[in-house]
Amino acid sequence: MRFFNLFRRRRSAPVARERLQILLSYERAARGQADLLATLREEILSAIGKHVTVERDHVQIRVDRGQTVSTLEIDVAIPHSDSMVLAAGS
Amino acid sequence: MAKVLVVTSGKGGVGKTTTTAAIGAALAQSGQKVAVVDFDVGLRNLDLVMGAERRVVFDLINVVQGVAKLSQALIRDKRLETLWLLPASQTRDKDALTEHGVASVIKEMRTKFDWVICDSPAGIERGATLAMRFADVALIVTNPEVSSVRDSDRIIGLLDSKTEKAEKGQRIEKHVLITRFDAQRASRGEMIGVDDVLEILSTPLLGIIPESEEVLRASNVGSPVTLNNPLCAPARAYLDAARRLNGETVPMNVPCERKGLFDRLFGRRAA
Repeated sequence: MRFFNLFRRRRSAPVARERLQILLSYERAARGQADLLATLREEILSAIGKHVTVERDHVQIRVDRGQTVSTLEIDVAIPHSDSMVLAAGS
Repeated sequence: MAKVLVVTSGKGGVGKTTTTAAIGAALAQSGQKVAVVDFDVGLRNLDLVMGAERRVVFDLINVVQGVAKLSQALIRDKRLETLWLLPASQTRDKDALTEHGVASVIKEMRTKFDWVICDSPAGIERGATLAMRFADVALIVTNPEVSSVRDSDRIIGLLDSKTEKAEKGQRIEKHVLITRFDAQRASRGEMIGVDDVLEILSTPLLGIIPESEEVLRASNVGSPVTLNNPLCAPARAYLDAARRLNGETVPMNVPCERKGLFDRLFGRRAA
């Protein structure tokens, strides 16, 4: 096992380089701009909040920044009474 | 015409103070009048690395606040008569530095020296932004390691937006200095290479300082590495870098430690 690890642990530098390039392309784009993530979160929550009650503590936000595509995941837990409204509306 | 050089990095522990002392001494060795200024208020260390820790009377904040004259606060190096140190305050708060005060100290120093080298504290707060504020030239000290490269990129952004030159629409001259470089590990793909760092930061290279025991040996005894052992690998790299700052064209190579048979057989020798 150890013998194989000897070969496998080499060449971590290309990984470092790639991670840096992805990270910095985002950080440079974001420089001097308002925090896009915070703006999106507020606007999306207020849009949802117009129709259903949103508990701030029950909102999960995840991002995954990739080289070509990024994902933004906003998970809003809606209380039972409001989910009835949702079901009725559909 | 005096040049104000800031030695900066964002990240701590990459070698800013070592570099300030080594480059300052190297420029002074070429006969130019050099002042090294410690901006790390509250955590000064340039005095210790320069071996002047027992001679500090006044400091940068005393001068900024008019308590002491610049000439009273400057400490002349015992080895090089064209090298001077302006220490940081150890007891005061970093908020005691004002932009106006720093501006007037730097302005006065420009009339007295060929080089004013500002040793920036780590981080991007007041001390760091004031250290770079009036610079003509910036030296970004970077280790071939992800967090250091990321912080260097951030600092480059600040140099291009928050310095006086940038605000006047002029370009600040920027150079990357790669320190703690291990050519063998880089060639084996275990360490980010020089070309990768330069490509990512898109900033020209001033020099490559190899990882070496000599750097610690020099700071142990309070002497810039370029004075302590001018023939060792990091000293030669710093001396070359200083010549490039002076506009000379010096071929870029990574000086490496020449190990004799004895060293190879018996490992490192005691300092």
